[in-house]
Amino acid sequence: MHDVNIDHERQMGMEGFHPALVRGPVGINLNSLGEADMFGSEPKITARGVNFYYGSKRALNNINIAFAARRVTAIIGPSGCGKSTFIRLLNRMHELVPGSRFEGEILLDGLDILSPACDAADLRKRVGMVFQKPNPFPKTVFENISYGLEVNGMTDKRAIEEKVVDSLRKAALWGEVKDRLKDSALGLSGGQQQRLCIARCLAVSPEVILFDEPCASLDPISTGKIEELILELKKEYTIVIVTHNMQQAARVSDRTAFFLMGDLIEEGRTEQIFKAPRDRRTEDYITGRFG
Amino acid sequence: MSAVKRNNRGIVQKAGFAFLAACMGANILFLGAILFFIAAKGLGTINWAFLTQVPRDSMTAGGVAPAILGTFYLTLGAILFSLPLGVACAVYLTEYSPKGWIVNVLRISINNLAGVPSVVFGLFGLTVFVKYLGFGVSILSGSLTLGILALPVIISAAQEALVAVPQSIREASLALGATQWETIRKVVLPAALPGILTGVILSVGRVAGETAPILFTAAAFYVKGYPDSVLSEVMALPYHIYALMTEGTHPEEQTRIAYASSLLLLALVLSVSMLAIWIRQRQRKAYHA
Ligand SMILES: Nc1ncnc2c1ncn2[C@@H]1O[C@H](COP(=O)(O)OP(=O)(O)O)[C@@H](O)[C@H]1O
Ligand SMILES: [Mg+2]
Repeated sequence: MHDVNIDHERQMGMEGFHPALVRGPVGINLNSLGEADMFGSEPKITARGVNFYYGSKRALNNINIAFAARRVTAIIGPSGCGKSTFIRLLNRMHELVPGSRFEGEILLDGLDILSPACDAADLRKRVGMVFQKPNPFPKTVFENISYGLEVNGMTDKRAIEEKVVDSLRKAALWGEVKDRLKDSALGLSGGQQQRLCIARCLAVSPEVILFDEPCASLDPISTGKIEELILELKKEYTIVIVTHNMQQAARVSDRTAFFLMGDLIEEGRTEQIFKAPRDRRTEDYITGRFG
Repeated sequence: MSAVKRNNRGIVQKAGFAFLAACMGANILFLGAILFFIAAKGLGTINWAFLTQVPRDSMTAGGVAPAILGTFYLTLGAILFSLPLGVACAVYLTEYSPKGWIVNVLRISINNLAGVPSVVFGLFGLTVFVKYLGFGVSILSGSLTLGILALPVIISAAQEALVAVPQSIREASLALGATQWETIRKVVLPAALPGILTGVILSVGRVAGETAPILFTAAAFYVKGYPDSVLSEVMALPYHIYALMTEGTHPEEQTRIAYASSLLLLALVLSVSMLAIWIRQRQRKAYHA
């Protein structure tokens, strides 16, 4: 079973801070089942007993965590604690590292995504990723987005055009690039490039979007735009975001997970993690006592 | 103290720049001297007829059109053969990074191939393409021989270009659900194209000017008219120059034509380079804003 459950007492303790959080059937479900609080729906992704090794070096220890559908889950923790390692397992990007190996299972709507029977390319169409450094293709703005569509078998030019425009709109970039579709994407600013990467990801209609420190290389204004965008996107997508920035986690996420040296120390609703952390190490981290 | 030191460093820097400038000057001087020398001796002979007519009167009059065409065919054939093969080889080595002794053998043989004297390629071509495969002395045999000669240049340029493509855009493509093959074909290769073109430029220059590899495999001193198939013998500019200077009975006229042919060959190679550089530049602009 999960060892990430929020037990009854703690859930009740949390009520003191946010009475609104535990109202209705959600709270009841939660407490009676002893399951993590998924805001009333089935978890979109569930990881069970996940270990990960780079060669003989262990990077993740027995991670058990669930991600709520159409919510934002933030993963926080100091550098090198395994945040990227974990998030890259969720769309099998870990396969690019030779000599790496995992144990355990990760279920996406019940499908075991780590099993060899699951095709990595198909999985990645469902679970998109936005990287730490904006990485647009050295192609035009338009081609950056149409690429994913073509790879996914779309051939109708009109349909592709529509989808490109639609994706740029959704990524709040359309107004800035509508006259620059034929220009190189590398000419855009860092923040625009990152939103282009988000648009590119949206175009292939994923169900889950993974963000690995998407604002790490951006200025505060661009960061603000991306955060707004994430809040907008969670209406449709399940979002997992790795971030170094605690304020960011607090601003955008519904649930937060704290990693430390390959362990999942604590996870729960974001308000709880930041206002009433259960583990001493979480408290130390969020109050800036180490990290 | 520190002022003196700074002064010293200033002087050292100036001397350094002066040295570099001198080296560059020497380089330009050599290139200029070659161009000037060849042009001075050859320019007078070059006219429209020289470029468009076949040789007449035992090579002492007429033009060198068949040799120009021959060199063009041979070079084109060599690139058509070595470009896909070389790029495939480079992709295999860099993108699929297979392990084990096969790769090491491959790497070592590519490096050694680059060091093989060109006349040895000629003998190899004679044995394998001309005799064993029965292509005879022909454009085909010559192109294949020159292609093998160009292979190491193209492979290493392509490898360098592929390695320079950032890993992050490979990841971006894979994360969109593209297969590795789609990623290579639609993202990595286009990004590496300018670098690969550099390899093509270098090898065109090398291939077009080579004499030894086509000596036994493709070239003839004199062929009547123009080649009509890939199995025809051809005249080619470098060999034509060599033949004019070593054979025949009218050394004076022949020397004149040899210089004109040299100038032509130089112009040909330089213009191919220009073309490739232009393509590369355009590509760059498209990619980098
Ligand atoms: N490709 C790799 N090979 C070997 N070790 C790695 C590799 N990538 C990450 N690591 C190690 O795994 C640990 C977790 O790294 P990572 O997941 O990148 O941390 P984070 O994203 O939290 O900063 C670190 O100790 C790091 O050095
Ligand atoms: Mg990281």
